[in-house]
Amino acid sequence: MSDTTSPNTTKAEPLLRVRNLSTSFKTDRGVVTAIDDVSFEVAPGETLGIVGESGCGKTVTSKSVMRLLPDHLTIYGKESEILYGGKNLVRASAGEMRLVRGDKIAMIFQEPMTALNPVFTIGWQLDETLKYHTDLNKRQRRERSIEMLRLVEIPNPEQRVKEYPHQLSGGMRQRVMIAIALSCEPDILIADEPTTALDVTIQAQILDLMNGLKRKFNTAIMLITHDLGVVATVCDRVMVMYAGRVIESGSVGDIFHNPQHPYTKALLESIPKRGRKSGTGRLPTIPGIVPSLWELPEGCRFEDRCPYSDGDRCVHVEPVLEQGPDGRPVRCHYPLGSSRERPAKLTTSAARGAQG
Amino acid sequence: MWGFIARKLIYNVPVYLGIILIVMLALRVQDPSLTQVSKNPSPQEIAEIRSQMGLDRPFVIQYLDLLKNVVTFNFEEESWTQGGKSVGEMLKDSIPLSLAITVPTLGLSAFFGVCIALVAAYFRGRAVDKALMIFAVLGMSISYLVYIIFGQFFGAFLPRQALGGENWPFNIEGYGPLFFGEGATPMNWVSYYMLPVIIGMIVSLGYDTRFYRAVMVEESSRDYITTAMAKGASKRKIIFVHMLKNAMIPIITRVMTTLPFLITGAVLMEIYFGIPGMGFQLIGALRALDFPVIQGFVAVLAAIFILTVIATDVLYALVDPRVRLS
Repeated sequence: MSDTTSPNTTKAEPLLRVRNLSTSFKTDRGVVTAIDDVSFEVAPGETLGIVGESGCGKTVTSKSVMRLLPDHLTIYGKESEILYGGKNLVRASAGEMRLVRGDKIAMIFQEPMTALNPVFTIGWQLDETLKYHTDLNKRQRRERSIEMLRLVEIPNPEQRVKEYPHQLSGGMRQRVMIAIALSCEPDILIADEPTTALDVTIQAQILDLMNGLKRKFNTAIMLITHDLGVVATVCDRVMVMYAGRVIESGSVGDIFHNPQHPYTKALLESIPKRGRKSGTGRLPTIPGIVPSLWELPEGCRFEDRCPYSDGDRCVHVEPVLEQGPDGRPVRCHYPLGSSRERPAKLTTSAARGAQG
Repeated sequence: MWGFIARKLIYNVPVYLGIILIVMLALRVQDPSLTQVSKNPSPQEIAEIRSQMGLDRPFVIQYLDLLKNVVTFNFEEESWTQGGKSVGEMLKDSIPLSLAITVPTLGLSAFFGVCIALVAAYFRGRAVDKALMIFAVLGMSISYLVYIIFGQFFGAFLPRQALGGENWPFNIEGYGPLFFGEGATPMNWVSYYMLPVIIGMIVSLGYDTRFYRAVMVEESSRDYITTAMAKGASKRKIIFVHMLKNAMIPIITRVMTTLPFLITGAVLMEIYFGIPGMGFQLIGALRALDFPVIQGFVAVLAAIFILTVIATDVLYALVDPRVRLS
């Protein structure tokens, strides 16, 4: 079962359809698979959150969609498909990809301090995208650039276009990145942890801005983040990834109120909440770390950190992504809220998980 | 910017005075009068020579005298060994000869170094890149063998043995007219100076290419490259516009720091080909303890070095908006 879209949101024809996407890298130690069998869809105007710890494959997923990974070191799986506008981007030529990037699918990044080219002016960098994708003349492009800066609420845009990135603060630079990304009114904006490097007050402003512009341009957003607070604020649907695999997806409401995968539940529990009553007064964390892509376990990839592991089937058989108890896809032998019997070993492995 | 240059010049005055002082002190470890006297000199004869050389004066006076000459651009002092030629004349004759070799060498090796590095960076990790780097390492390792191979083959064997005495395409009969001036034609210039230029270029190219490639590879992993890709820029645009402008700082640093060394560093080439450029003359003067020539040349070279450093800072500010001249 590869369709991970929850049935209640697929009203419109999806813009982007990712099917069985596997991305591997050639390294000195051999080939390593960073993401495996990832499938999802993005509908026009919706915001899809991709959530997981560092090293779960969120960024590889987004860079695969844009084909931003180094071509000669990257292998895409035989059955991988990234369908956009009737084309499979996995097999698209460099020239075809250039027409998509920046025009149809745009991207903003985690580090606004380094994402802009330090030796060119803001105006030049805005102009560049417009030059590649529009027929506007120089003066029109300059006008459009200033208009975009005004849209992202940068004060005094006529002056700012002449300035260099180092003359702007981090928040301002991220606004410039958003202005560049949206200048050609793309169908999809991929935002890879766009607020992680910013301080909290600026984070809220940037999210507000993205939300507002999304409505204005009817742009779909793929928001990559590890911050579930951000997901709750802006996303419509969520896809949770773990060790290169999709483990659960669904609407924000379903995921937050009714998580089916133990990992999702653990992630939600580790969000600080005001007035949380807890025995130790400590914020719950998930013990252990994401397994190395070089030494993936035979069974469930979350097994060694999972308090619900049965110590047998979970260790030896990798679960498939299938419909869980409330109809959403989940990759677990014993989805939460299911009536499936869990073996009695539960308590011992729970204790082991808590220690680890 | 002019204020910056003026300030830098003022800051460097003590540096300059220090260089001259150290060179003059170091020279006076040996007594040059002994190179000029007869076989069994009487103390009186030695004293007379020393007085002619001006070495009997207090050191401070000699120091101030040289500084006065430098400040007033007075290089009238005569060489002790070159038969009455003044230091100024020697400078005037040797500087263009040195520049005729070093400017094309530096320019061409930087140009080709950057070009090859860009090609290597474009094909990073693939066969083309690997092949180029093997050649670069090869070039670095055999660098001075090149003198023998190129010098002997093209300079001596080919014209003498194979072409029957014709000095073609390279002329190794010392040096000829320069590009500009009396009796100069471009072909003349090529025949006299191309061989040293080619050798000098090959010697520095291996190292240059590796250096510039390292710079490009470092730049190619920066975030702004990913941004440019995400905007739909072609690989050519990314390498030749985005990356190259960022790489200008290390490129300028390298070119500018090698500049002063090239002027004296061509000494090997000048001696091999018998071209009386600055390096050649300076070595001769050092051997003969010809103080006026050594001091005059060092004074000029030190000034060139300091001006290069200031020019480097100004160039930084021109290519990188983050650098402020203050």
